[in-house]
Amino acid sequence: MPELLLDGQPLKVDEGTTVAAALLLGGDGSSRTSVSGQRRAPFCGMGVCQECRVSTDGQRRLACQTLCRDGMRVESRP
Amino acid sequence: MSQSADIIIIGAGIIGAACAHELARRGLRVLVLDAGRRAATAAGMGHLIVLDDNPAELALSQYSLQRWRDWGRDMPADCAYRQNGTLWLAANAEEMAVAEAKYQVLREQGLDCQLLGAAALQAAEPELSQTLHGALKVGGDGILYAPNAARWLLQHAQIELRMARVVEIDHRRVRLDDGAWLSAEVLILANGVYARELCPELPLQAKKGHLLITDRYPGRVNHTLVELGYVTSAHNASGPSVAANIQPRPTGQLLIGASRQFDSEAPEVEPWMLGKMLRRAVDYMPGLAGLNAIRAWTGLRAASPDGLPLLGEHPQRPGLWLAVGHEGLGVTTAPGSADLLVAQLFGETAPLAPDAYLPQRFLGVAAHA
Ligand SMILES: Cc1cc2nc3c(=O)[nH]c(=O)nc-3n(C[C@H](O)[C@H](O)[C@H](O)COP(=O)(O)OP(=O)(O)OC[C@H]3O[C@@H](n4cnc5c(N)ncnc54)[C@H](O)[C@@H]3O)c2cc1C
Repeated sequence: MPELLLDGQPLKVDEGTTVAAALLLGGDGSSRTSVSGQRRAPFCGMGVCQECRVSTDGQRRLACQTLCRDGMRVESRP
Repeated sequence: MSQSADIIIIGAGIIGAACAHELARRGLRVLVLDAGRRAATAAGMGHLIVLDDNPAELALSQYSLQRWRDWGRDMPADCAYRQNGTLWLAANAEEMAVAEAKYQVLREQGLDCQLLGAAALQAAEPELSQTLHGALKVGGDGILYAPNAARWLLQHAQIELRMARVVEIDHRRVRLDDGAWLSAEVLILANGVYARELCPELPLQAKKGHLLITDRYPGRVNHTLVELGYVTSAHNASGPSVAANIQPRPTGQLLIGASRQFDSEAPEVEPWMLGKMLRRAVDYMPGLAGLNAIRAWTGLRAASPDGLPLLGEHPQRPGLWLAVGHEGLGVTTAPGSADLLVAQLFGETAPLAPDAYLPQRFLGVAAHA
């Protein structure tokens, strides 16, 4: 089972869990904060709407298109 | 039939909105009708830029830039107005000579501009390719979020905005798609590329453009970056063309343009064209290739044969005033266009000589002069 760090907190998830699902399991479900200060969360779930941009290991990724890996650092609150 | 307003404006894009604003300020009751269709104002880049392809374009854009700087002081934050300046990038010695010639022209008009050598350009914009020869900086240029600027211009007690589609113009009346007729002493046609539907004699052609916006990367780019090759590659070509145009949005996003093509009015993004446009931008800013894009879209510019707008009364249709054909510069030239039109309507001396923009140059003289 991969274990990741979500905003600094450890979180164990099942193999094959997307980062979008991990955000819901271990956080507030949101992936980032918008310019106007609102929390933003996955919307379309299929890589089109670009709402779920999230930082994983320092790279911007789409949470719904990214699988959790052991040791991954996910930051939703820059 | 009773008068619906003193003036009816067809189209609530940046041009219709600027005209409405100016007329309302003079105390007229203005009814603005808009069909909510795909508008250039919503699609475009909102780069406020002085262009000098010909003296009339220079006069109109320079005058309008001054008006935007004045309005900029009062505009709400969501209009995202910034006076961040344009850098015209020279890729080789030939283009550096173009930059120097442009510098002379703009300086003669009293514009704030400055030539930068390669080192100064690197210092100003470190993300740019080190192979560039230099740039011309135009300090008075800016950027704007045009849809919100149009909304702001329409906020006036004398202006009523109504969502409705005009299907016919008959003398001083318009017919809406629900069959109702509305009338006014003066009609202003400001519905962009759609003007051809209501006025088929207008010599307007659609010029499709692609744009793309990235995720937020604050602080990487300061000025709006435009290649000088733009002057030759984008403006004077009849086939599809691209030119690098990189604009830093206040959010830290980068708005990337621009493409031009006459062969398609379909709204779809065309991957071959988008790819060509992005490769061009990456030539100028190599690091762009590593950034994430979040959206791409297209829009249509309404191009007249000489690239200048048509501003004035229709010579064969008294009471119908034209404010169309703004091509790729209508956000910039909206205030000047409105002032020129309103001055003619009131029979006043316009702030610029109106001749170069009169519809007569394409439509001929009045039928019954
Ligand atoms: C890709 C692209 C990039 C651009 N970049 C820039 C730039 O950087 N700087 C710049 O200055 N300019 C730029 N432009 C040009 C600029 O956006 C346009 O010149 C300007 O927005 C034109 O405004 P408009 O009000 O004439 O037309 P539009 O914005 O198209 O508005 C027309 C309005 O009329 C309405 N309408 C249409 N038909 C009817 C009808 N029958 N009845 C009622 N209403 C109707 C529509 O709903 C629409 O709201 C760009 C354009 C494009 C396409």
